[in-house]
Amino acid sequence: MSLEKRPNGLESPLRRKLLLGTAAASVASLLPPRAWADAFPTAQVNTTGLAVTDIDVTVGILHSVTGTMAISETGSVEAEKLAIDQINASGGVLGRKIKFIQEDGASDWPTFAEKAKKLLVNDKCASVMGCWTSASRKAVLPVFEQYNGMLYYPTFYEGLEQSKNVIYTGQEATQQIIAGLNWVEKEKGAKTFYLLGSDYIWPRTSNKIARKHIENVLKLKVVGEEYFPLGHTQFNSVINKMKLTKPDVIYAIIVGGSNVAFYKQLKAAGIDLSKQTLMTISVTEDEIDGIGGENIAGAFACMKYFESLDNSNNKAFVSAFHKMWGDKTVIGDVTQAAYLGPWLWKLTVEKAGSFDIDKIAAASPGVEFKGAPEGYVRIHENHHLWSKTRVGRARTDGQYDVIYETADLMEPDPFPKGYQ
Amino acid sequence: MSQSLTKNRNIELIGFAILAVLLVVVLPLSLDIFRLNLIGKYLTYAFVAVGLVACWGYTGILSLGQGVFFGLGGYCMAMFLKLEASSVANTKIQSTPGIPDFMDWNQLTELPFFWVPFKSLPLALIAVILVPSLAAFILGVAMFKRRVGGVYFAIITQALAAVLTILIIGRQGYTGGINGITDLRTLLGWDIRTDHAKYILYFVCCAALFGSMFLVRFVLASKLGRILVAVRDTEERVRFSGYDVANFKVFVFCLASAIAAIGGAMFTLQVGFMSPSFVGIVPSIEMVIFCAVGGRQSIIGAVVGTLLVNWGKTLFSESFPELWLFFMGGLFIAVVLLFPRGLAGLVTDQLLPWIGRLSGGRRQVAAAGSAPAPAPAE
Amino acid sequence: MFMGYSLGEIGSIFAMQAFAGLILFSVFVLMALGLAIIFGQMGVINMAHGEFMILGAYMTFLTSHLFQTYAPQAFAGYFFVAMLVAFVASGAIGLAVEWLLIKRLYKRPLDTLLATWGLSLIMQQAFRSIFGAREVGVQLPDWMMGSLQVTDTIEVQINGLFVMTLTLMITAVVALLLFRSRWGLQVRAVVANRVMADAAGIDTRRIDRLTFGLGCGIAGIAGSAFTMIGSTSPTAGQAYIVDTFLVVVFGGAQSLLGTIASAFTISQSQSTLEFFLTGSMAKVTTLLIVIGLLMLRPQGLFVLKVRK
Repeated sequence: MSLEKRPNGLESPLRRKLLLGTAAASVASLLPPRAWADAFPTAQVNTTGLAVTDIDVTVGILHSVTGTMAISETGSVEAEKLAIDQINASGGVLGRKIKFIQEDGASDWPTFAEKAKKLLVNDKCASVMGCWTSASRKAVLPVFEQYNGMLYYPTFYEGLEQSKNVIYTGQEATQQIIAGLNWVEKEKGAKTFYLLGSDYIWPRTSNKIARKHIENVLKLKVVGEEYFPLGHTQFNSVINKMKLTKPDVIYAIIVGGSNVAFYKQLKAAGIDLSKQTLMTISVTEDEIDGIGGENIAGAFACMKYFESLDNSNNKAFVSAFHKMWGDKTVIGDVTQAAYLGPWLWKLTVEKAGSFDIDKIAAASPGVEFKGAPEGYVRIHENHHLWSKTRVGRARTDGQYDVIYETADLMEPDPFPKGYQ
Repeated sequence: MSQSLTKNRNIELIGFAILAVLLVVVLPLSLDIFRLNLIGKYLTYAFVAVGLVACWGYTGILSLGQGVFFGLGGYCMAMFLKLEASSVANTKIQSTPGIPDFMDWNQLTELPFFWVPFKSLPLALIAVILVPSLAAFILGVAMFKRRVGGVYFAIITQALAAVLTILIIGRQGYTGGINGITDLRTLLGWDIRTDHAKYILYFVCCAALFGSMFLVRFVLASKLGRILVAVRDTEERVRFSGYDVANFKVFVFCLASAIAAIGGAMFTLQVGFMSPSFVGIVPSIEMVIFCAVGGRQSIIGAVVGTLLVNWGKTLFSESFPELWLFFMGGLFIAVVLLFPRGLAGLVTDQLLPWIGRLSGGRRQVAAAGSAPAPAPAE
Repeated sequence: MFMGYSLGEIGSIFAMQAFAGLILFSVFVLMALGLAIIFGQMGVINMAHGEFMILGAYMTFLTSHLFQTYAPQAFAGYFFVAMLVAFVASGAIGLAVEWLLIKRLYKRPLDTLLATWGLSLIMQQAFRSIFGAREVGVQLPDWMMGSLQVTDTIEVQINGLFVMTLTLMITAVVALLLFRSRWGLQVRAVVANRVMADAAGIDTRRIDRLTFGLGCGIAGIAGSAFTMIGSTSPTAGQAYIVDTFLVVVFGGAQSLLGTIASAFTISQSQSTLEFFLTGSMAKVTTLLIVIGLLMLRPQGLFVLKVRK
């Protein structure tokens, strides 16, 4: 696990090799699956005893389908199953169909660790798509490192982590926060900020980065910062405080059921989001489903993906998703990131020409996925993704209008200097 | 009266023996280390259930906050292991090497004072028992001296579990926050993550569990145990007989908490991390469920109940995750409604008399007449 | 924190803060009322109380959908129908639960606590199987959102007013029932001395059932009202339980006045502390204060002299 950062991620020799690699794989994928698999004999592509045969390969899906986190993780499971279906329809991975074993983490962190171990030790899964909360990832991380597995983790999160055995397909905090703050300063002329969050590591770390950026880089002012226990439902007092301090921007990182209470009470208190700028990094289309579009319309969200994104990849993805899971399901940022997991794994395996975890880990940096619904992503040396950051404005129908995107890919920086 | 007690006690000893053979011989031989480690994890909950037998089954104090003590014990152990894992060599990349990683992320530049004693294993082990007992003592004195009991006590302990969870999550620089204290590796240089270590820890856990079971059994079988039962059944009469009821209640509550804390410490060692999700309301109530299913007045029942419910949870959630909560809820209602004495009640009330009738109804009748009860039928 | 603000601004913030405290007070009373009458009458703590509230919320969700589909012109008034539906649904299930479960656990109050916890698990999974694991958004008529401008700087939330009015009405109805109706007379007799009441010919079983049903029904209305301020998901009920139980226990059994006084104390301290501290610390401090006070007055704020 190397912690040194390269300024630009990809060096040109690597890039050339990578392009060759993908070219080889795409030529191979033109062959019928059977022949394709024959070109990569199992004994060669699987030297560590993973669950790979001549015709199929087993991966794990590890999310909560029961308990409090089931609300959030359902979308990720759906996206991962869709991706696996699509990969199988297009010939599989090195000619092998993907089979999956799904386990329930039950919103309980030791259960996650237990199931992760089962997937790696008993089922010999070639990779695992899973986890949602940081706590669940922290619980499984030692398991993945000890038994040398590969985890594709979809959630935007606080950073401060990097592992050979994890590919982080969501954004880490600086990617999500800095572009948004720059935008709100430039476009809205914001001078003062009120930071809010649920009381746990992700909002606290994110707000810390936001505060550093606001105070040290933008030279603006934070007029308040406050945290609420998870599940808190009473926000009238803090709303009054905000009425007193009149911040230009309310920066809210509230999660779960508290979100619903917060936005409903904000609206009821007469704070009109078309006049008061509110920026959030925690409300995806999934959350709006519960909050109600009419209660949050006008708020700005800053993340890498919105369902309304206008490009051909995304249109195909959205219609496939709706076809598989029904027209009413919405697709949020994390759902899209979960969809990237199986695809990135497939591309990496084909680049490495092997299912071996060590080879995949080494081959991951530089793998690019041009078919990503969010446009284009590339894996960084630090196993996070290069991705664009976008600002969306909530509409009453529960979707976002994408009103800004960064010109370049944002570099992932899980240990940001100067922001800690 | 005394005969049936002696008889029950003998049955209990046989039960202990069967359970010991099962846990120490049969399971390690028949299960792979992955499953055995799971059993080890379940056994740590059994500590809490055994404590609850003393405090709830015998004395009638229902605590819905045993997770607090389980958690405190676990955190004490985790703090020691975390400090060992955060040696200066391991944490070179941090801005302040030598402190746990989560402190570094929260801009702490030195170890908080209450972490310092946890650099030493003996002190940490003492803290595992002492901190939760002290907490239980303070709470117990405050509550029982003022004669708070029953539902009131249950709700207050539940509120305490909520308070502690919020505090741990909120003060993440000092506690590791919602992620808990993770990535624990070695105990005095001994890697606790290897299969070999897991076997050893499993047996240590079994030994500690049996130690706790015998301790509770000893207490309950003594004169003190009878006073506890009397307190449960008619507290006023015990008080009028000149006993200070509160002292007995405080004692048994501290005992239950200390045992729960040992379970917490064993949990940390075997699972490799500790997080606030074991402190809160839901795990606390679940542990009461384990105890109730096995039989709130039976030490063996509590352990077996814990094992069965957890085994069922793992099994069900692997095959029918949807049905798990229905099953758990239904089981719970059924136990409370139909078998208030749990599995152990089924065994002693239904199974044993039945076996008795089958094998020696005559002898039992004869035994009832003679003075020292013979070995029970079985 | 008041540096640089005019007196007028500070005054209006305090007015709004007082109002926020009153809203919280109403919310607490509404949450706790159903539980309190059950606890007072039967000594039973209903751990599934939160789930009965969420049942009311889901009923509101269903009603709003029915109205949107079949009677969009009447949508503005659907909420009143929804509350009625919520009351009936939660009340009916409450009656059934009492009949199937609670009455068999008579005299074992701690066991009812456990059995109702089992019930809450079943209800949660039922919600999840029927309505899905995700939160559902309950759409409210427009007139219920927004605020009234009282002065230039003082705004009053309409949904807050609504909750307060509702709380006032339900409390009044419950008080009337308790102190003016035949049922109330019988309830008070049972609370004072169950055995004597039984001997005097009062059907205590029937009274228990009615009380339990009424308590659950009120929980349903509360849940319905809380769709205005909170979320509706299978596990949302758990967010309410600690607050609710503390209000009831702190108020003391057998006393409506106690519940109200306790809700007032807790809500005011929480809302004031929230203003001066941060959210998390305010919550912790409030809970600790209540626990501390409970140690001083173990039987709660108001104790009815009862001969056992």
